[in-house]
Amino acid sequence: MSFLARVVGWFLDPAHWQGANGIPVRLEEHVLMSLAATAAAAAVALPLGVWLGHTGRGGLLAINVSNVGRAIPSFALLVLLLLVLGLGAAPAFVALLALAIPPMVTNAYVGIRGVDRGLIDAARGLGMPDHLVLLRVELPNAVPVLMAGVRTAGVQVVATATLAALVAWGGLGRYIVDGLSQLDYVQVFAGAVLVAALAGATEGLLAVLQYVLTPAGLRRSGTVRWHPRRPLRVGRGSTP
Amino acid sequence: MPALVVDPWVRWDWVGEHRDVILAALVQHVELTVIAVGAGLVISLPAGALAARVRAARGPVLGGAGVLYTIPSLALFAFFVPLTGLSVLTAEVGLVAYTLLILTRNVVVGLEGVPAEVEDAAVGMGFRPLHRLIAVELPLALPVIVAGIRIAVVTTIGLVTVTAVIGAGGLGQLILDGLTRQFRTPLVVGGVLSVALAVVADLGLALLQRRLTPWSRWR
Repeated sequence: MSFLARVVGWFLDPAHWQGANGIPVRLEEHVLMSLAATAAAAAVALPLGVWLGHTGRGGLLAINVSNVGRAIPSFALLVLLLLVLGLGAAPAFVALLALAIPPMVTNAYVGIRGVDRGLIDAARGLGMPDHLVLLRVELPNAVPVLMAGVRTAGVQVVATATLAALVAWGGLGRYIVDGLSQLDYVQVFAGAVLVAALAGATEGLLAVLQYVLTPAGLRRSGTVRWHPRRPLRVGRGSTP
Repeated sequence: MPALVVDPWVRWDWVGEHRDVILAALVQHVELTVIAVGAGLVISLPAGALAARVRAARGPVLGGAGVLYTIPSLALFAFFVPLTGLSVLTAEVGLVAYTLLILTRNVVVGLEGVPAEVEDAAVGMGFRPLHRLIAVELPLALPVIVAGIRIAVVTTIGLVTVTAVIGAGGLGQLILDGLTRQFRTPLVVGGVLSVALAVVADLGLALLQRRLTPWSRWR
């Protein structure tokens, strides 16, 4: 029997769909952990980044925090936290939180700072109070960049939650880690398929969320992507 | 894990005795990173140049690299284990796949940032397309390309810690040993060294970037 046929057979085996090590339970663990970590990180990072961007303070910190975040290997971070917090979900949650915050802070800051100064001056000139400038002008215009940060962080969290299986937590990474230690490559491959599918689905869902949350006037054809060399398009009537 | 509580964070006597092991892991880590980014560049430079030149190639090239980038690292390595076994080759295939999006995107952005007047001038001076690319456009795109190499190197150094799981060695091997033996010292040493390596590599490349492109204020 060919390798791929055995992988298909693994998926068709009803035993892999039941119990504490079944696909539904592992998927649920993975999704809930990722959601909780991303949401908690967003609750901290987005207000901070937006505030820094609005006041123009701490720019160097906001930009460089994501470079530092990238340099810290998630695997090492997970293991170090395991030593501090013990086994279980806690080290995984804290590690994911720590990884998700930097890209969101940076993108929220860059997004708010990147809003056309002319727009903000116009809003101020119209007599708009400071908090409305933030809520009605800066925030809507920053949504594409801000949500790009959430997307990066969310996909990264789903990916890193896979590594959490190495430090004795569950999630879909279990199949890969267990398969590697048992030299069961069918299980390894099946686990990889599940993890890749979940990551792809996360990327797709967050891209849709990004599109939906972007004000209609800022939408380009297809997915919204921020390009630092081109100023963001403003208003419905401006040139494409 | 009662042993962990008494065990100090770093036992310097262990570090002293295992200097050769630690150094070997560090060297291996650097090798894995250099090969991955080097091979990534060999693929990304022509692919990026093609995507920047030919509109129709842009979507597939960047899209394909994007799909590879979305797959979590452990899964990407796992995909190739049945094919190439628990080996350095498996690790490199995964690592190279990861550098592609970062490098290709920066090559494309760099080449597209070359001012149209400069290209026109080069055409007017009789440069052939390939010569123009190598002698005019690539040097001008260099700051952006080196910026991409910096990100790729730092990211790869982080990913190489994971490749120990599929038997490719590197500093991740120290982390893995510490984990299985419930012994903090190699774990801390592996973690700290990989972060330090990333920071040093980033700073070194930043300096190189300035040296290579003294005319640029790009950072």
